[in-house]
Amino acid sequence: MNKIDDISGTEYKYVGSRPVRPDGLDKVTGKAQFGADLYAPGMLFAKILRSPHAHARILSIDTGKAEALDGVKAVLTSTDLQPGEGADDLEDDMDHVLENVMARGKALYDGHAVAAVAATSASIARKALKLIDVEYEVLPHVTDIEKAIAPDAPVIREDMYTQDMDPKPDKPSNIARRMEIGHGDIEAGFEKADFIFERRFRTEAAHQGYIEPHACLADYRSDGHAEIWCCTQGHFMVRSACAALLGMELSKLRVTASEIGGGFGGKTTVFIEPVALALSRKCGRPVKLVMDRDEVFRASGPTPSSVVDVKIGANKDGVITAGFAELWFQGGAFPGSVIDLGTMCAFACYDLENVKAIGWDVVVNRPKSAAYRAPGAPMAAFAVESGLDDLAERIGIDPVDFRLKNAAEEGSTAAFGPKFRRIGLKETLEAAKASDHYNSPLGPNQGRGIACGFWFNFGGTTSASIKIELDGTAMVTVGTPDIGGSRASMCLMAAETLGIPYENVRCVIADTSLLPYSATTEGSRTTHSSGMATVYASENAIKVMCGRAAKIWGIPEDAVDWKDGHARPSGANAGEFEPMSLADIAKKAHETGGAIAGHCEFEAGKVGQSFGTHIADAEIDPETGFTKIVRYTVIQDAGRAIHPSYVEGQYQGGAVQGIGWALNEEYIYGEDGRLQNAGFLDYRMPVCSDVPMIETEIVEVPNAGHPFGVRGVGETPIVPPLGAIGNALSHAIGTRMDTIPMSPPRVLEAVSGG
Amino acid sequence: MSKIHVNATVNGDAVEYLCEPDESLLDSLRDRLGLTGSKEGCGTGDCGACSVVLDGRLVCSCLVLGAEADGRAIETIEGLADGDELHPLQQKFLEHAALQCGICTPGFLVAAKALLDKNPDPDETEIRYWLAGNLCRCTGYDKIVRAVMDTAEEMRR
Ligand code: FES
Ligand code: FES
Repeated sequence: MNKIDDISGTEYKYVGSRPVRPDGLDKVTGKAQFGADLYAPGMLFAKILRSPHAHARILSIDTGKAEALDGVKAVLTSTDLQPGEGADDLEDDMDHVLENVMARGKALYDGHAVAAVAATSASIARKALKLIDVEYEVLPHVTDIEKAIAPDAPVIREDMYTQDMDPKPDKPSNIARRMEIGHGDIEAGFEKADFIFERRFRTEAAHQGYIEPHACLADYRSDGHAEIWCCTQGHFMVRSACAALLGMELSKLRVTASEIGGGFGGKTTVFIEPVALALSRKCGRPVKLVMDRDEVFRASGPTPSSVVDVKIGANKDGVITAGFAELWFQGGAFPGSVIDLGTMCAFACYDLENVKAIGWDVVVNRPKSAAYRAPGAPMAAFAVESGLDDLAERIGIDPVDFRLKNAAEEGSTAAFGPKFRRIGLKETLEAAKASDHYNSPLGPNQGRGIACGFWFNFGGTTSASIKIELDGTAMVTVGTPDIGGSRASMCLMAAETLGIPYENVRCVIADTSLLPYSATTEGSRTTHSSGMATVYASENAIKVMCGRAAKIWGIPEDAVDWKDGHARPSGANAGEFEPMSLADIAKKAHETGGAIAGHCEFEAGKVGQSFGTHIADAEIDPETGFTKIVRYTVIQDAGRAIHPSYVEGQYQGGAVQGIGWALNEEYIYGEDGRLQNAGFLDYRMPVCSDVPMIETEIVEVPNAGHPFGVRGVGETPIVPPLGAIGNALSHAIGTRMDTIPMSPPRVLEAVSGG
Repeated sequence: MSKIHVNATVNGDAVEYLCEPDESLLDSLRDRLGLTGSKEGCGTGDCGACSVVLDGRLVCSCLVLGAEADGRAIETIEGLADGDELHPLQQKFLEHAALQCGICTPGFLVAAKALLDKNPDPDETEIRYWLAGNLCRCTGYDKIVRAVMDTAEEMRR
């Protein structure tokens, strides 16, 4: 593996350039096929019946009338979904997936699937849903964290006892689990503090808001083989889940990932795929199932809402002496919110002697939460970054300097355990300090905030293969769906490694039958892990090509080097033979031993982190409480930007999602436990006229764990905005904001001292 | 329920199809004519992914009935390029990396073309307000706005 010294400052030919992406043409001409764009002969249309109640026992379901309707080919209830043996072996975050896919005995949230219909047209399917009679016994519900953990709360899961408690609780509750991390002695740390910040923060649930609703086409054949086409971040995950839930063998199910219209974590699990497949199995016809937008809001996975208590102490020199946080996340009606990640990320940016964080995983009557870009981190960072801002002001130190003084660096022990390797947080803070934005004047009613953020790069099982074609071009296949331009990055890395032009490399996402297992596109792992696999596969192909050249020249294999796309005789044979280009060797492949390819199947380590610093200027209208972001800058360490335009795109997209969450977006539940704003009109995401240009600066502190120094960058950009905007707004109005979203009514209330 | 017979032109070609009375133009384009370049993001007129031009006017095809298109001219993303020749907007979207996932891209291109047809010299604010009916969740809009400004400048030359 490369040392940082070997790669920092290295000039590359293709890596770091900005070519047009290979899938670009299809996407600007309307040819790209997304989840809902595939049609099959004889295809049926499916629709799902959903619970109107937040919490209800299902006493009976009568499907007779629906089945009798002309054009209806299959009606499905939970009794048709009987998991096979593999169901117990599903990955951790797949827990409860079956119960979420279709209610079993109890509907646990407004929108929980209860039954499904496949019919010859969508309108017949819709009609049939109305003919299904479901008898419910409505139960008391709770959708709010603080109410759910109160002693008199209705208990949603009668068999759930809080895990990891000492002593073990003697009665069930809505708290699934407790966790704790940290080191040092926080009490002693607070003793040494000259200033202490202590406060409760709340964030409401936000949705990933991908523009493409979940969609799939499933076709179960009479011999027990099946195919699924769907928009997902992980088609291997879809295969595992569906095969387990339907009791199928993995090799009998082939899943193809369509082009995917956004995911941000929300497409890392299954909702409709097992339903479509089971319907297809029942009636022997291909079945297409596409969610409506209101179903996406009600029944896919938003982020958890949170309550975070934070206490931070610092001395008058600006050194943080202790940090403590206690976090409650609700993950919907199922255990397994991302409380672990939120708790781990709370203080990850800072090098603290005394730190402790406690997390509580809470269940409420809401849809099962799913990952959303750096899941858990933004809520935790909001509380901590707000606290730091307040302390800096009271100490009388510049907020950037305060963070610089306490920032994590190489060798710092993270609150969650490990020691950081070389990281670039301080570099982003220095860049912020030197930026034009940070040094520009503010207008009336404006405030400026800064905040830092951190996210991991996941590793995981990853596969890639590359074949060298007879004409000297190369084809890369990877198993991670391309959600934002990763095929371009794969081509760039392969071109760089092989030494052939970018235009001569193509990349496709293989279906589950064509490549060994590849973990999902999540955790900022794609450019990082699939990128490594692509580089190693290319290196393996180079080994083969060097062998072929050796054979042609009649010299030992280890006497051949690869440089600039050519095999060259080395050592004693140097200069003996004319170097052979990749195209020369490829042309002769069939005479020298057959087709040429390279493969890589490996387990990528958890080796990356990416840190960022954001600067936000907010302007408030004191009469309406409306906040406008007038200037915004993202500075983040990318390790090495493979395709800088797409790195900037990740920074900008994450920041704007953060702006939406900070100011507007929220799940609003009524007293009846029903979601009141299940549409884009009422769940208001930022539109073009809401935001300014998003300035970006790419800092490059290479990641020693990657051949080109890459750090995954996709998620960190959504971590700082809540804090940065909260701080900006707090300065603009002179009162600390502690609730997300900071919507006009909340700002007005804060202004009037309410 | 009997279906309705519709004659229209799509991207200059005469088409005919049968649609249900309550079927959206978006569904007719996608399900009857196989033109899946227009996307459904919401079905309620809030995202613009289904944008098409109907008799010269930019509309959300999810809010128009398939039956209403009878006798009218529809332009979709599939007609934006001239054969192999990309429209300058398409070219600039590629060069500026103005798309990530690309699901919103057809809608943005159709809407941006409608803007430039009306106003060849829009400023940033005009672009942002014109495109406010199109949601993009991936890009934060920055590169989209730049691509449109750059196209306008090039087309004026
Ligand atoms: S699908 Fe027509 S506006 Fe969203
Ligand atoms: S590029 Fe994904 S929604 Fe715009």
